[in-house]
Parts: sequence; C-alpha cells; structure tokens
Amino acid sequence: MENEVVNEVVNFAPIGKALAIGLSAIGAGIGIGLIGARAMEAIGRNPEATGKVLVPMLIVSAFAEAVAIYGLVIAFSIK
Amino acid sequence: MATNNINQIIEQPIHETTIYAEPVFHIGNFQITNSLLNSWLAVLVIIILCVALRLKLKQIPGKIQHIFEILLEGALSLCDQVTNDRRITLKIFPLVTSLFIFILVNNWLGLLPIVGSIGFVENSIFIPIFRAGTADINTTLALSIATVIGSNIFGIVAMGAWKIFNKYVNIKALGGIITKFRRDKNVIIVAPITFFVGILELIGEMAKVASLSFRLFGNVFAGEVLLASMGAIFLYILPTPFLFLEVFIGLIQALIFSLLATVYFTIASQDHEEHGEEEGYEKELAHV
Repeated sequence: MENEVVNEVVNFAPIGKALAIGLSAIGAGIGIGLIGARAMEAIGRNPEATGKVLVPMLIVSAFAEAVAIYGLVIAFSIK
Repeated sequence: MATNNINQIIEQPIHETTIYAEPVFHIGNFQITNSLLNSWLAVLVIIILCVALRLKLKQIPGKIQHIFEILLEGALSLCDQVTNDRRITLKIFPLVTSLFIFILVNNWLGLLPIVGSIGFVENSIFIPIFRAGTADINTTLALSIATVIGSNIFGIVAMGAWKIFNKYVNIKALGGIITKFRRDKNVIIVAPITFFVGILELIGEMAKVASLSFRLFGNVFAGEVLLASMGAIFLYILPTPFLFLEVFIGLIQALIFSLLATVYFTIASQDHEEHGEEEGYEKELAHV
C-alpha cells in the first residue's frame, strides 16, 4: 500500500520539475520584458544615453533572470 | 573473458550532468572534485598573468600594460559610482576586483573545449576531469560567505564593533526605553519594532549569502546544461550562438557578483542609523 503511494508520487516528479521551471520562467519573462521595454523607451527619448542605459539594463535583467535560474536549480534537484 | 572485456569497452558510458561536482580522486579522506581542480587551474592562470604583467611593468607603459591600465581606470570609476567616495573605493577595490577576476576566469575556463569532455569511465559512468569551478555550489557558497563576513568586518573596522552589533541585536534601542521614556512616551512602541528590524537585518544577511551563491552557481550550471542539451540536439553549428551567450553571461555574472559585494561593503561602512536624526533632535533641544 505504502509502496504504491510512493510510486505514484514519484511518477508525478516530472510534472513537479516542469512546474518549477515553467512558473519561475513566467515571472522572469515578465520582469525582463518590462526592463527591456523601459530601456528601449529611454533610448528612444534620449538616443545619446544609449551607453548609460545599456549597462544598468543588462545588470538588472540579470537579476530578473536569476529568479528563473533558482527555479531551474530546483527543477534539477527534484529526483 | 575476452568477449566480456570487449563488451565493456563498446558499452557507451553514461554521462549525466550532475548538480554536484564529481570526485576525481582522494587525498586521505579529502575529496578532490573536478571543480576544485579547475579552480586551482584558474588560480594558476591568474598567478601567471599577474607575474608576467608585474615583471614587464614600466614607467612608460607598453601596449598590454596600457590596456590593463584602461581597464583598471574603468573599474575604479565604476566602483566610485557605487561608493560615492574615493577613500572607500580605494579600500575595497583590491578585494572586489580580485573576486571579479577569479570568478571571470573560472566562468570562462568552464567554456573551454577540453573542460567537461576529457575524463575517465568509472562504473560505466563518465566522469570529466575538469568542470567549471563556479558550477559547484561549494565554490560560490564559500565566495559569498567570505564576502558577507568580510563586509561585516569592514564595517567593524570603519564604525566600531558596538555599532555593528547594535545593527543586528539592537540593545541600544531597548535601553532607550528606560533612558528616553520621560522625554518621549512613544519610545515604548518604537523601540521593540526597531529591535525586531535588527533581527530582520540578521536574516537579511543570510539571504545575501543564499542569493549571491545561488545566482552565480545557477547561471553557470544552467549554462553548462544548456550547452550540453544544444549539443545533443545538433552538434555542429547550433551551440555556437549559445557559446557566445555563455561567454557574455560569464562576464555579466562576475560583474554582478563583484558589484553586489561593493554595495554590501559600502552599506556596511556607512552609518545609516539614526545618527543624523539624533543630532537633529539635539539641535532642536538646543533651539528650545
């Protein structure tokens, strides 16, 4: 009986993996999209500031990306 | 017997990308993992580079020295933007820059073609001899713990141990209940909240360690998995753009780690507590 339950739960592990990376990718995607949109807007308003906008944009988008990476690590650590 | 051996050789060794670094050999009880080997390699590369540059140092710089001087100037001004103070910059710059260089070399060494593809087969599992040093949680955890503890030590040197201690376990605020109660009755509500904020600060310090280490480890490790899976789909041209992406991500992550370290050091060295507020209070009293 217990073994059956355990087996059934283990069978759901791939779904857990997919949910972990999929849900965290949604958040990161929204974040990076917002950052990119605002950066483009800023560059469009003030094209001379491209160099100044670019570096902070990349850094902040790496922060947003890190959230998805946490999900990825969790997804890999689910056996 | 002979056929058995042949069968074993023909049998395809499995290589799973594991989340932990595989042990390559042991010295006594101490495991030498492939990530550790690679970080030693990184240290060796950095030492050779530094010695070569140091020996050729001249008053009138040559081409290579010029490039490094430009890089150094850029890094200094970037650090200045964060700290807003040249004196603090000059104090923390050596530590932060060496963190940057170490992480950068480690990230990029992990992308070399030899790394991860040369290894040996043990129990029909392929174990690579090298693996990017930062693709192991232990390396990044060590780096981030060292950074956070270092920032607190820097704060102690800059402001004194009592102030840093009060930042986390705010005895001063609790003591304020007794000393300030006559002047201001509100303190009995405010002081416990201030004390609790200090404990939150302590938890925040651990969160710093977790976020720093997991960000770096996750990015580098995910990059390795990405490259491996792209290579599995189609080996010849497909991984190239992702390889460039990984070079870029390696640079960005090294930059972010060292920039955040700078921010933590700067925060620790600044007296952000009610220092100004208290002075203002005293001034008000003087006016009255």
